[in-house]
Amino acid sequence: MLPIFAAKLKNMNFITQTWPWYLSGFLIGSIMLILIYFGKSFGMSSNLRSLCSMSGLGKRVGFFNFDWKAQRWNLVVVVGAMIGGFVAVNYMSDPSNVSINPATIEQLAKLGIDAPDGKLLPNALFGPDVFSSPKSILILLIGGVLVGFGARYAGGCTSGHAISGLSNLQIPSLKAVVGFFVGGLIMAYLLFPLIF
Amino acid sequence: MKVLKYLLVGFIFGIVLTKTEAVSWYRIYEMFRFQSFHMYGIIMVAILTGTIGIQIMKRYNVKDIKGLPIEIQDKEKGSTRYYVGGLFFGLGWALVGSCPGPIFILLGAGFWSISIVLFGALLGTYIYGVLKDKLPH
Repeated sequence: MLPIFAAKLKNMNFITQTWPWYLSGFLIGSIMLILIYFGKSFGMSSNLRSLCSMSGLGKRVGFFNFDWKAQRWNLVVVVGAMIGGFVAVNYMSDPSNVSINPATIEQLAKLGIDAPDGKLLPNALFGPDVFSSPKSILILLIGGVLVGFGARYAGGCTSGHAISGLSNLQIPSLKAVVGFFVGGLIMAYLLFPLIF
Repeated sequence: MKVLKYLLVGFIFGIVLTKTEAVSWYRIYEMFRFQSFHMYGIIMVAILTGTIGIQIMKRYNVKDIKGLPIEIQDKEKGSTRYYVGGLFFGLGWALVGSCPGPIFILLGAGFWSISIVLFGALLGTYIYGVLKDKLPH
């Protein structure tokens, strides 16, 4: 298999084309290993706790009363990721991107959600009109609350549990990932038709 | 240099997640509808790479950048918090199509509506902090 992947990568345009799963999977795993080599760990949601603590919530809620300054390195990773996102979206994107399954596009059309056509996010949920639609604001807000609450309750998110935890063969992380998927399937199959 | 290396790691992380479209709402929906291998491939190869790397580090007692032994903390034992917390997280992940990493990446890329999601995620973190001692773990 590896020679096939290598041949494909050789002929790829890294600026415009979508990066294949075997390349990005390898790079994400490597990023986690590099952070371990730096004496740290790979986890994005803990930054949310640091941000809460930075804004002074530690005085009122014990959970946020911790030394967030020891986590500054992770906030620097976040700043780097934001710059990376800016560069990739503004200078490395192409209308051919986000070519998802046509069956998915058809399903989304039935829910009233626009096709990607090179966009990363649907306008129906994230377009400029959302700020004037109470329903859209509520969807994004509730989704965010679920992500933040769930990540802290479970003690980690995709990076901390699915990638770091499973790579270190942690049973608690496997339980969390099972929870992630059950929740995701309930949302995608049962709740989406009710919400949209 | 100390700070710069974290900035660089973050920068690469942001590029990779965007260029492979893991930050795309569409890719997350497509994954949860089992209509593409893309996201599963990414997660599986990342775990495979990580597992092999960690096993090598453990077996050869690799030292970290400061020359100290590498210790990876085990996750706390338990079940309730992982299943229930995970369930809440999954519901949100599928709805807004982004987990915490992509929330920051998309905001950096200039998708302003994501700021509502980030505000929600901070609020959710705060709610957990308030309720922590009352929740089963």
